[in-house]
Amino acid sequence: MDMVYLTFILILSIFLGFELIKKVPATLHTPLMSGANAISGITLVGALIGAGGEGSTLTIVLGTAAVAFATINVVGGYLVTDRMLAMFKKKGAKN
Amino acid sequence: MSGLMLINLSYTVAAVLFILGLKFLGSPETARRGNALSSLGMLLAVVVTLLDHSIIDYRWILLGIVSGALIGTLAARLVAMTAMPEMVALFNGFGGIASLLVGCIALTQPLLDRFILLTIFMSIMIGGVTFSGSLVAWGKLSEKMTGRPLVFNGQRFVNGGLLLANIVCGVMFVQHPDQALWLVLAVLLSTSLGVMTLLPIGGADMPVVISLLNSYSGLAACAAGFAISNNILIVAGSLVGASGIILTNIMCKAMNRSLANVLFSGFGAASGASKKIEGDVKAITTEDAFYILEAAQSVVVIPGYGMAVAQAQHGIKELQGLLEKNGCEVVYAIHPVAGRMPGHMNVLLAEADVSYDLLLEMDDINPRMETFDVAIVIGANDVVNTAARDSESSPIYGMPIINADYARTVFVLKRSMASGFAGLDNPLFYKDNTRMIFGDAKETINRLIRELSS
Repeated sequence: MDMVYLTFILILSIFLGFELIKKVPATLHTPLMSGANAISGITLVGALIGAGGEGSTLTIVLGTAAVAFATINVVGGYLVTDRMLAMFKKKGAKN
Repeated sequence: MSGLMLINLSYTVAAVLFILGLKFLGSPETARRGNALSSLGMLLAVVVTLLDHSIIDYRWILLGIVSGALIGTLAARLVAMTAMPEMVALFNGFGGIASLLVGCIALTQPLLDRFILLTIFMSIMIGGVTFSGSLVAWGKLSEKMTGRPLVFNGQRFVNGGLLLANIVCGVMFVQHPDQALWLVLAVLLSTSLGVMTLLPIGGADMPVVISLLNSYSGLAACAAGFAISNNILIVAGSLVGASGIILTNIMCKAMNRSLANVLFSGFGAASGASKKIEGDVKAITTEDAFYILEAAQSVVVIPGYGMAVAQAQHGIKELQGLLEKNGCEVVYAIHPVAGRMPGHMNVLLAEADVSYDLLLEMDDINPRMETFDVAIVIGANDVVNTAARDSESSPIYGMPIINADYARTVFVLKRSMASGFAGLDNPLFYKDNTRMIFGDAKETINRLIRELSS
């Protein structure tokens, strides 16, 4: 049942993703990509359980590395996207 | 039980924040708010996960988060806007390896059935391809290695064999989860596949590949979500996967090539010499160019990767201001694959304070190209190559281009007569209404600015 339920979520999310992204104009493609990239750092959530669990030393080491990599992805991704988006200005808008 | 409920409810809220964030990214006015909402969703997901009762030790988590956040912040702050494509590639790779590692950790869970094993393998494989592929992309984009396609005889067979080996390894992995050999092989084979897939891809095809890797990083997170039965990973991962696939599709369409063609053809290295173009190239000095620009009522600027290399975007903006003061209309025409990633030119021009409503897409500018007095092509070549439109024998025939040659006069700012990235001659340079301005693009722009402001 678990598998069916997770697949159900997967399919719906993919369709939702298509609908959402289809409307993004070309001018925002780079921020969209780096913003989406930051979201893909959600693996961090999975890594946390490995790094903080009661597993073997190896698990903890791998988990900690995963936490570090995913955090770079998340923090770096969101900040760099924000930096880019802050530059997008319309004609006549105040700086 | 209530703890688990709280976690899952918060995941739902986080998913809604991601969805709203992506929705708001659809318009420049709301995009920044969208990004903030999305990061809030991430924060929420991470914080509630820390409440999970299976986490007993926070020291290592703290170490990972602090070091990751430090590196991420520094990288995001210090990177130059022109280095953005390689930065995005690198972040992408880190997401990939995180999924690979989470896949490995998931193996230690009790009660592994075949389905979970399969998703663990998927998360390792997609994560591995994303990681090594993104690193090669980063190397190529930052010119730490050659941006030219690396091709050799039988490359397709090697890559095909490698893919097959990955699949066989996956089957063995699911059958024998207790043998570490298959896990090690899965990591080695997937990372090799990533490297080998990226080698034959040239710089001009990077927009496609970056989008594809972006999609992979989402799919890897998605597979990791299945591996540890976590729904927020699946939702967020598939949103990213879908977004990457759409971008990949747009980029492929803009080059009139299929994804398979981009991935397997080693374009640029293999393309033979097309027929020689008859005619003369007419070069003019910046002084003559100035007289034409001074009289122009409307100017369209068509930037390409060369603008990024020459860092000419600030000069262009200054030129735009002077022309506008002179009563001239200035707009920009952006080809979807101009530059090294989707939207590359838009970000650079935004950095130079060019307002985004002046940046027109190919389909909007082409019907009114005839009305422009001057088209300034700066650092672009293939996206204005008329052979793609007129010459059926051209390797890029069928690729939609910006019809720069339909403007009354075309200025091409170019370093020398060397051909473009794809190694193709460009008939645009030989047209009667084309004038070449040779030299460094930034220098040329600066000289034009001096002429116009005096």
